[in-house]
Amino acid sequence: MAPILEIDDLSVAYRSDGGDVHAVEHVNLTLNAGEVVGLCGESGSGKSTLAYGATRLLRPPALVTSGSVRYRGRRITQGGDPADILTMNHRELARIRWREVAIVFQSAMNALNPVLRVQDQILDAITAHLKLPRREAREKAANLLDLVGIPRARLRAFPHELSGGMRQRVMIAMALASDPEVVIMDEPTTALDVVVQRDILAQIVELKETLGFSVLFITHDLSLLLELADRIAVMYAGRLLETGNSAAIMREPAHPYTRGLLHSFPSLHGPRRELIGIPGTPPDLRDVKPGCPFIPRCSYTIPACAEVDMSLNPVVVPGPGSGLPAPVGGSHLTACPIVTPEEVSKEGVLS
Amino acid sequence: MKALANIWRNLPLKAKVGVGLFGFFLLAGIIGPIVQPYDPNAQTPLTLAAPSGQHWFGTTQTGQDIFSQVLTGIRLTLELSLLVGVIVTVVSVLVGVTGAFLGGVWDDTLSLITNVFLVIPPLPLLIILLGYLPDQGQTPTILVLSLLGWPWGARVIRAQTLAIRGRDFIDASRETGEKNWRIIIFELIPNEISLIAASFVNTVLYAIGASVALAFVGLTNVNEWSLGTILYWSQTDSALQVGAWWWYVPAGLAVALIGTSLVLLNSGLDELGSPRLRATRGTARVAGHRIWPTDPTPVLAQLQASRGRIGSFLYSFSRRSMLEGNAAGGDL
Repeated sequence: MAPILEIDDLSVAYRSDGGDVHAVEHVNLTLNAGEVVGLCGESGSGKSTLAYGATRLLRPPALVTSGSVRYRGRRITQGGDPADILTMNHRELARIRWREVAIVFQSAMNALNPVLRVQDQILDAITAHLKLPRREAREKAANLLDLVGIPRARLRAFPHELSGGMRQRVMIAMALASDPEVVIMDEPTTALDVVVQRDILAQIVELKETLGFSVLFITHDLSLLLELADRIAVMYAGRLLETGNSAAIMREPAHPYTRGLLHSFPSLHGPRRELIGIPGTPPDLRDVKPGCPFIPRCSYTIPACAEVDMSLNPVVVPGPGSGLPAPVGGSHLTACPIVTPEEVSKEGVLS
Repeated sequence: MKALANIWRNLPLKAKVGVGLFGFFLLAGIIGPIVQPYDPNAQTPLTLAAPSGQHWFGTTQTGQDIFSQVLTGIRLTLELSLLVGVIVTVVSVLVGVTGAFLGGVWDDTLSLITNVFLVIPPLPLLIILLGYLPDQGQTPTILVLSLLGWPWGARVIRAQTLAIRGRDFIDASRETGEKNWRIIIFELIPNEISLIAASFVNTVLYAIGASVALAFVGLTNVNEWSLGTILYWSQTDSALQVGAWWWYVPAGLAVALIGTSLVLLNSGLDELGSPRLRATRGTARVAGHRIWPTDPTPVLAQLQASRGRIGSFLYSFSRRSMLEGNAAGGDL
């Protein structure tokens, strides 16, 4: 699969009187074409800042301090170089936004304008980015609503006449209005109950299959990502701790933090077990200490943790029977020093 | 104190100029009558003298020192307008907030009164009232101006209160058992502080304009020195016709400058009530570049690589710009 959005060494800081708040620190994340990447972490871990920083949507106290974000959509890079979003000016950004990279915002209640009809808002999104005659635009808006499973008669409805789930679907329809290559979904289902949530997620997967866009799905709900995402990236205190296929993350989480997250919700099958949360709270992002930010809350800490550079390395697990390390395909990466080759022989760490 | 210093640092330049200018006139109003070189009423044989070292702003037809008159006049005019501002603001906040917050009969009654006062044309009424009042001095002017000045502010504040009253945090504080007066003072008013301050500044502006206008047509005690009465006397003694520009220019300029300072001040008041606006402005300058709130997220490396507008202008004159190989000054 070809990478479509490459976030490389991205750091975002919020300038404040008390010093810079390092909300995102040297993050590498690649989104491949047609892939659903789940970005998960607790509140304030920098998930949204990462996504909005990469698309340059953050307001001034925020500042991108390092890195590059390369976009290679089909329309942009026909035989050319990838576009670097971080060097773009207003006009170039306006071209890439929505047409190439669309966003489903966190709360549909606030993202829809209460005094405009749904139709007008979708039409706005269409006419702003595509040159279509009015009649065709209207037809497209109706088709979009069909696509997300809302009867087209509701085009003339005001946002308050729709339920929360329908509003969220309208938001998704708007994001798909100009056939984008990448859709960033920022907790699109957080305010909804699990039934509607499931509905919408199924719809997202279906739409992705038919339209072929890639999704960067931001949520704090790891269990949801295990179902939905192809790949999962776990974020903590502004850094990526672990990335890998959802299956790999589910079966053998490498980082203690991921393990903590997985232990904090019950599984439907298997024996009953006591749920274990993660004690403590996230660190202050104003003074970032070297090494792993998870040390104070981690029960596996070794001296190497304080010096690790937080770059992601392939996870190796003991090969079958032999007790020797064997690589796991290379797509499962972690920043944890305990599970890298030299430390893995220490028995019991991974059990 | 530190908070105050912070606010001052983050004020836009316009507001700083406004504060400085208004402070200057305020100072003049406070110490003016003490430092004035002559008695403004004292008549001397030196009539209609042009500005000189002795009489900075010249003298009137009866030989009175205009500089002293302006100094005394500023005090009276400012005193009047600030008092009107305070009274009008207090009344409009009281009426607007209680009406909107309590609703029902209260709102109906107070809105009715507000609307009735709103349709009264102020200037003709002012002229009639002040024309017939037995005592035409400072106090009746203040009272009449206040009586007619409050409805606009009350309407605006009522509308804003209605909007805020429906917000969740008001419901939340009601749920936690806060008393009405506490909700109004600690939850509601802080949200309207910039609006109230702006309404105060506008009222002061209106009071200065109205009082000067009334004095100019003689509807005040013309034997007291205010900026308006100076203009009144210069007009009745036909200063314009005899070319005594120094008679009316200082007072007119003072009125104009006080007005300007208030308008400038107004532009800085938005930020008083909005922490978000303050935060945004405080960090709007990164690596010498000005970042507007609508700009895309700034990228540090790029800001450092490129120069700001002023920077690149200066650079275009520098030797480096020639050496760094652009066509304009590169190969000779």
